[in-house]
Amino acid sequence: MAENVRNIAGQKPWDGRSMPDARGHFDRLGGKFVPEALYAALAELEEAYEKAVIDPDFVAELDSLRVNYAGRPTPLTEAKRFSEHCGNARIVFKREDLNHTGSHKINNVLGQALLTKRMGKKRVIAETGAGQHGVATATAAALFGLECRVYMGKVDTDRQALNVARMQLLGAEVIAVESGSATLKDAMNEAMREWVATVDTTHYLIGTVAGPHPFPKVVREFQRVISTEARQQFLDTYGQLPDAVCACVGGGSNALGSFADFIPDDSVALYGFEAGGDGVETGRHAASITGGSVGVLHGTRTYLLQDEDGQTEESHSISAGLDYPGVGPEHSYLHDSGRATYEPVTDAEAMEAFQLLTQTEGLMPAIESAHAIAGAMRLGRRIAETDPQARPLIMVTLSGRGDKDVRTAIRWFGLTGEVDQTMGGDPVELPEDVTAHAEPRPEEI
Amino acid sequence: MTAPGNCTPVFDRAAAEGRSVFIGYLPVGYPSVPGSLDAMRALVSPGDGPGADIVEIGIPYSDPMMDGVTIQRAATRALERGVRVRDVLAATEAVAAAGATPCVMSYWNLIEQYGCDAFARDFANAGGAGVITPDLTPDEADEWTPATDEHGVDRIYLVAPSSTDDRIALTAGAGRGWLYATAVMGVTGARETTSDAGRVLTERIRRISPETRIGIGIGVSDGAQAAEIGAYADAVIVGSALVRTLIEADDAGHPEDLAALRALSLDLARGVRAAR
Repeated sequence: MAENVRNIAGQKPWDGRSMPDARGHFDRLGGKFVPEALYAALAELEEAYEKAVIDPDFVAELDSLRVNYAGRPTPLTEAKRFSEHCGNARIVFKREDLNHTGSHKINNVLGQALLTKRMGKKRVIAETGAGQHGVATATAAALFGLECRVYMGKVDTDRQALNVARMQLLGAEVIAVESGSATLKDAMNEAMREWVATVDTTHYLIGTVAGPHPFPKVVREFQRVISTEARQQFLDTYGQLPDAVCACVGGGSNALGSFADFIPDDSVALYGFEAGGDGVETGRHAASITGGSVGVLHGTRTYLLQDEDGQTEESHSISAGLDYPGVGPEHSYLHDSGRATYEPVTDAEAMEAFQLLTQTEGLMPAIESAHAIAGAMRLGRRIAETDPQARPLIMVTLSGRGDKDVRTAIRWFGLTGEVDQTMGGDPVELPEDVTAHAEPRPEEI
Repeated sequence: MTAPGNCTPVFDRAAAEGRSVFIGYLPVGYPSVPGSLDAMRALVSPGDGPGADIVEIGIPYSDPMMDGVTIQRAATRALERGVRVRDVLAATEAVAAAGATPCVMSYWNLIEQYGCDAFARDFANAGGAGVITPDLTPDEADEWTPATDEHGVDRIYLVAPSSTDDRIALTAGAGRGWLYATAVMGVTGARETTSDAGRVLTERIRRISPETRIGIGIGVSDGAQAAEIGAYADAVIVGSALVRTLIEADDAGHPEDLAALRALSLDLARGVRAAR
């Protein structure tokens, strides 16, 4: 670092260290807190990964899948009408929603599915929150002819019924997990439990940058493509790097993928937006870094929501994909080291952004992504207040599309499903099977 | 090999009697905190004969990654009924007072939040012998090793059929007291048949680390199975089958009814004595 460039957030420069270390530690964070029974499998995965990434055949196969199957590279879209609501900022979306299956999750899944094949395993299991990772895993399983089982909290199978059906149509078995809070963390417990018993034949295809080493590294590296592409696209299109990169953070895979290649660029501020639920002060949220403390969950040491004794506390978020009481250890490390900033965004802020983006740009984001969008709006306005001359260029990762969230949006906005006006002809009698399947009227938010 | 520790005399005594050690697991706080202490006393002194030599006191945890449905259910109920981590100290004293050797089974975050050193100190002061850490291996024990050395607490690590020879050597060498061999791949839970996996794993460990005392957890549910495992293992660990008796009593509306627990404890203690 020739000069000490302070970015717009005043973040500390990169410490120049390549993380994690050989034991999977990010300083005091990360690691491998797992039953001995899983050690062999984690070692096997690490070895397969390290060999694969230097094998030209693997790299070529993954590249080809990204281009010809997933639809990469994903474009940048400058949101001019939406930017009018963001102070003087120019908001540019990295369009991960345009990936096959509708989110960034496919990036990681294609990589890990190829590794599964290389390890000679014929079956994958996965956990999923919103269902995006489950759908991506089921998709790759179909593509590679792997058996697939997806664990999903019962609360989430209810609020993401569309994705449950998608997974089943893809040939995956979906298990609704009722233990604990019946959300993503419990789905992860159940997947871990199963993996201990089936590790010989089965790969646990973790969907985020959490869990024991080497998962945080493997998933980050398969998601790195987001920032590798975006960095070059910014240079090509704007002749400069963005002033800030914004992404939503649950476990944090799209955020780390968005940050990774920008981490050494000290001029680029990195912002992770956590799910603030009803507000961090209410205790009903999923903001592990903002509102949690360091502990061990799901095999890694990281910030998490826990009580005084270390019992995991339930998280709350309108977004199933961010409803997780932990966060990837590298995010905790980036927070501790001061290289990235993490802020909470409430359900209400996210839904406001969801609607605004939809109506100003014709882009309906996943509610997860809407947290990043709301955060970028807040950031743009904040910069305009402190420096009215600044015209910051802000990248926001649009990590997924919102089709799966329409039911939640109907409830939130109190849409009745009634049309605005009826015109012409006599009333038509609907066949019974149509009315029987009509969306029930929303009772409450 | 696993170094001798607080639990070693129990193993020596059992060996002198030509039998294996009976280790019984019960969670603190289920059916209630006082009820769990009564249950542990009953496990140790079931009535017309000996009971468990070592009580493995489980601390209920919100995310018990290694436990099957039976122990999960008891843990969830215990947490709902307000059990705290510090209640394990009263349980430790109760087990020691009943004449058995208290060990604790705890997921790592609970110990980390209590404070590594503080936990080892308080547990030792309560008369505790050893701590079983299902999700902490020697690889992550940078703080745990000095804390347990300082306060004289046995470090009981797990090995599994998937453990390589190198890992068995590493794990056995880092522990103290005895080594916990999970002989089936999978979570805790009573099984109708025990497999040959326990014998195979025991033989591997003995070849790699001949002097190490080995406790086998394989889903034993009655005295006959305990006898089968006890024929080759230094200790037989029973968990889910014992916990199930408490759940059945609880569900029947008589959480204080320990008759089934006593009967099973007697049966298991006879089993480990009938083995050789």
